[in-house]
Amino acid sequence: MADILRSRIIIVYTLFLLAISLSIFNLENNASKGMLSMLNIILIIVPLVSLIFSTIYMYNSSEFIELLLSQPIRRGQLLLSIYAGVCFSLLVAFAIGAALPVVIMVGNSTAYMMAGAGLALTAIFVAMAVLGSVITRDKAKGIGIAIMLWLYFSLFYDALLLLVMFQFGDYPLEKTMLVLCSLNPVDLARIVILLQMDISALMGYTGALYDQFFGSSAGIIFSASLMSLWLAVPLWFT
Amino acid sequence: MIVTENISKSFGKLKVLNNISMTCDKGETISLIGPNSSGKTTLIKCLLGMVLPDSGKIYFDNKDISGSWQYRDSIGYMPQIGRYPENMTIGEVFDMILDLRKKKEDETDRELIHSFGLDLILKKRMRTLSGGTRQKVSASLAFFFHPKVLILDEPTAGLDPVASEMLKEKIRKEKEKGRLIFITSHILSDLDDLVTRVIYLQEGKVLFHKSIKQLRADTGEEKLSRAIASVMKSSEPKLSDVN
Repeated sequence: MADILRSRIIIVYTLFLLAISLSIFNLENNASKGMLSMLNIILIIVPLVSLIFSTIYMYNSSEFIELLLSQPIRRGQLLLSIYAGVCFSLLVAFAIGAALPVVIMVGNSTAYMMAGAGLALTAIFVAMAVLGSVITRDKAKGIGIAIMLWLYFSLFYDALLLLVMFQFGDYPLEKTMLVLCSLNPVDLARIVILLQMDISALMGYTGALYDQFFGSSAGIIFSASLMSLWLAVPLWFT
Repeated sequence: MIVTENISKSFGKLKVLNNISMTCDKGETISLIGPNSSGKTTLIKCLLGMVLPDSGKIYFDNKDISGSWQYRDSIGYMPQIGRYPENMTIGEVFDMILDLRKKKEDETDRELIHSFGLDLILKKRMRTLSGGTRQKVSASLAFFFHPKVLILDEPTAGLDPVASEMLKEKIRKEKEKGRLIFITSHILSDLDDLVTRVIYLQEGKVLFHKSIKQLRADTGEEKLSRAIASVMKSSEPKLSDVN
């Protein structure tokens, strides 16, 4: 694991996040505007980097992993420890690069929520990446899958949601939307963080509904458990 | 000690292993020979549990290995091309495997590490090593835990002549201790004075499995390479099993 922490890419990732956090907060006088930009960047970058880095690492180490498999160790145990190593390094990078600066400069509940969500997203997407690279041995296919997953979760899913909203605009959709949103960890993170900010008032009726559900502690627990589910299921399959 | 019964494995349409049955006992040094793509590496991976055969069983010490992993405690494996995480140092690799096996330092066999001079460069990162040095690391790892069974895939490939001799000497020593040793190699001259039995694979089938004395008698050749060459040339290769 120490070898991953030493890897140039992790260091660059940390510095990159650090640069972004610092520049955003220095440029914006309004803390909540800064947070909003931070939010969007985190929601796009963290899953991407987690997915791609982990996939590439898994494929690069595939021969070493094979060698390790010839040792007396259970396959699941081995993959879990590899997951832990990669995940931990990315978590440290995120913590130093984004979570700490955000919490130090803007210490409110949004900051903590964002830090937590970022860490959670890292863990989830590393899990998906590990699962993806175990399923297919072909490096090109694996990286393709990782990129597809990222596109799906970040962009495509929301596009689909919007489509659904337009098509079925006449029907009472709120509960369905809730369920659909829960199926995407990025959306979950986004909602949970946005609710901590006062901007939710701008979201109108839907905002109020979400606030009512997600804002309550039950909602937060629900989101947290869903996130863990996102984490556990890929790990279990791996 | 290791018994395989009718092992078959296909990758897609390609039938790599075709009903392979063999028995290997302690104290033997078996060379797995065959043309490229005859299924040698796949057979080794089946023995190590890395590849699951489509049918058939493998027994290690009379126990079925499917689903079990503890038996690998007594196996030392040296892969054909050893690849290691780039940023790890040699020392870290050894420590990691030590940790994985939950053994202590004084239970390890560091002889090869000393002869290869690896103990002088424990702090070097794997990224900076030449291919031959990486092979030396792989070789040392295979013998590290005094394993009862050694599986060496092209062990001398990439090693300079001095290191090659050191490795063969080590194999000889382990052979005298009564270990079961599998060696895959295309460099038949290296195997000449080491092996006791030969398994010849062709297109996934065992063409023959004889003792080296028998092979020499059958072909009338002393050198292994000539003996194998004459077998390959003969028009009717016989399928003989354990003699």
